[in-house]
Amino acid sequence: MTVPPAADARPAAAAEPSPFVPAPGAAPLPRMIAAQATLEARTLLRNGEQLLLVLIIPVLLLIAFSRESFVNIGADTRQPRVDFLVPGIIALAIMSTAFTSQAIATGFERRYGVLKRLGATPLSRVGLIAAKTVTVIAVELLQAVIIIGVGLALGWRPHSTVAGAAWAVLLAVVGTAAFSGLALLMAGTLRAEATLAAANLVYLILLGVGGVLFSLNKFPAGARGPLKLLPSGALSDGLHSVLQNAGGPPAADLAVLAIWAVVGITLAARTFRWE
Amino acid sequence: MVTGLVKRYGSATAVDGLNLVADRAKVTALLGPNGAGKTTTIEICEGYRRADQGTVRVLGLDPARDVRALAPRVGVMLQSGGLPQAVRAGDYLRLIASFYARPVDPAGLLDRLGLTACAGVPCRRLSGGQQQRLSLAAAVIGRPELVFLDEPTAGLDPQARHATWDLITELRTAGVSVVLTTHFMEEAERLADGVAIMDHGQLVAEGTPAELTGTAGQLRFRAQPGLSTDSLLSALPGGTAAKESPEGYYVIEVQGRVDPQLLAAVTAWCAEHGVLAKDLRVESRTLEDVFLELTGRDLRS
Repeated sequence: MTVPPAADARPAAAAEPSPFVPAPGAAPLPRMIAAQATLEARTLLRNGEQLLLVLIIPVLLLIAFSRESFVNIGADTRQPRVDFLVPGIIALAIMSTAFTSQAIATGFERRYGVLKRLGATPLSRVGLIAAKTVTVIAVELLQAVIIIGVGLALGWRPHSTVAGAAWAVLLAVVGTAAFSGLALLMAGTLRAEATLAAANLVYLILLGVGGVLFSLNKFPAGARGPLKLLPSGALSDGLHSVLQNAGGPPAADLAVLAIWAVVGITLAARTFRWE
Repeated sequence: MVTGLVKRYGSATAVDGLNLVADRAKVTALLGPNGAGKTTTIEICEGYRRADQGTVRVLGLDPARDVRALAPRVGVMLQSGGLPQAVRAGDYLRLIASFYARPVDPAGLLDRLGLTACAGVPCRRLSGGQQQRLSLAAAVIGRPELVFLDEPTAGLDPQARHATWDLITELRTAGVSVVLTTHFMEEAERLADGVAIMDHGQLVAEGTPAELTGTAGQLRFRAQPGLSTDSLLSALPGGTAAKESPEGYYVIEVQGRVDPQLLAAVTAWCAEHGVLAKDLRVESRTLEDVFLELTGRDLRS
């Protein structure tokens, strides 16, 4: 038996095909969307400022304002304050994720050429938008679990029927579409820094006049109508109606949100610049 | 691959009637001063921009129309940007890998490009060279047939540059077509099968590095300024040229190779005239010489 010289081992190793021999092919679309959405959600939840915006501020506001406090939030005094607050905070959570957070993240992705580079991968633009939608919904579900959990711990008892809960889900979906359209409209046209500033400003304004912390019913009658035509007002008004007041189908609020969604998404699709 | 390409931005013409062919499974280098139209040309081939005139075919397809069909087959490294700032390097490469059916192993590729140690670092905290290498990794991870690399070694240290050159050489051996832009003539000379030199949006020269540098041999040396090149030439065989450029630097050019007889003649002449030739070198014209001859020495904005 002969022992092969060590040198003989080398050609065998060299003959191993290069890992770069072309073998092109796209992954299945659902896998691409899942990978992109997972990374986006993980990035969002790891980012301190984003986490502050989508989870910490809403939860702290819920806890702080549900206590007997010096601020008159204009809630119905025959109900615990938390019954008014939970629907409003849910509206705020949807706005923070679908609008503020998404606008800022997308604005910077555009600025750093991330969207441009992704455009050269097999992930299509439709796939990318689907991934962003999945991310937003996943984060919203997380927010809902936490806010509802904290609300229940604070003594929240929803005054709602099963149908009311279904309407709330529908409001959340259409509201998410409306806010996402506006977020992408802003992120796709403004500079990243302008988007950052504007998205935070809008967040603060809507926090004040969006019926989130202060009941829209407390505003002067002349302001109430226009405020309910804003997506924030419509969303919080609708959620209050079905979760707090066991109201019927929130048709007007849904219609307002649907119009915002169609207008926002259409404009975003027309004006979005990818680089 | 590119025929009669024209691209205008407002009144400025970035690419002006370019014709260019890059062969499959070869490395093609696009050279040119800043603003020559290299990136515009590459980005039209990548499908980012539309040509105003002319025809572009990439792997037989129209990059402006067949974006979806080309995306899995073509790898892209942008000149700058593209990395999500908050995402960790390793996560980013795994994400890009997950878009392809049969990707290269991300961990192995990170290792090969010296990025394993910073796999957990967010892209914004990577050095410029690390970002370049990560972008290169992302361009090749999907096992494409063709890669466009826009200045792949800009800003790299020598180690990283050599690692990049090795990778490009391996891509070529594996049968991948590579189109790259560069400012490093040495890079083009080492790597490229074909070189195209662009200036002002037009092709000014095309060929293999050997074709472009020609067959002229050179003998260079340094000595005191003001030697008589006429006297030197008279001592040399016919068919040679001599010049002093810049002062104190002498170049003797000959068609074909510099032979031992020529070298001996030059040193004999030096000895006769009491000239000590320093830095005496026998070499051929470099691509850089050709490049500067073709595109001039004026600085570009």
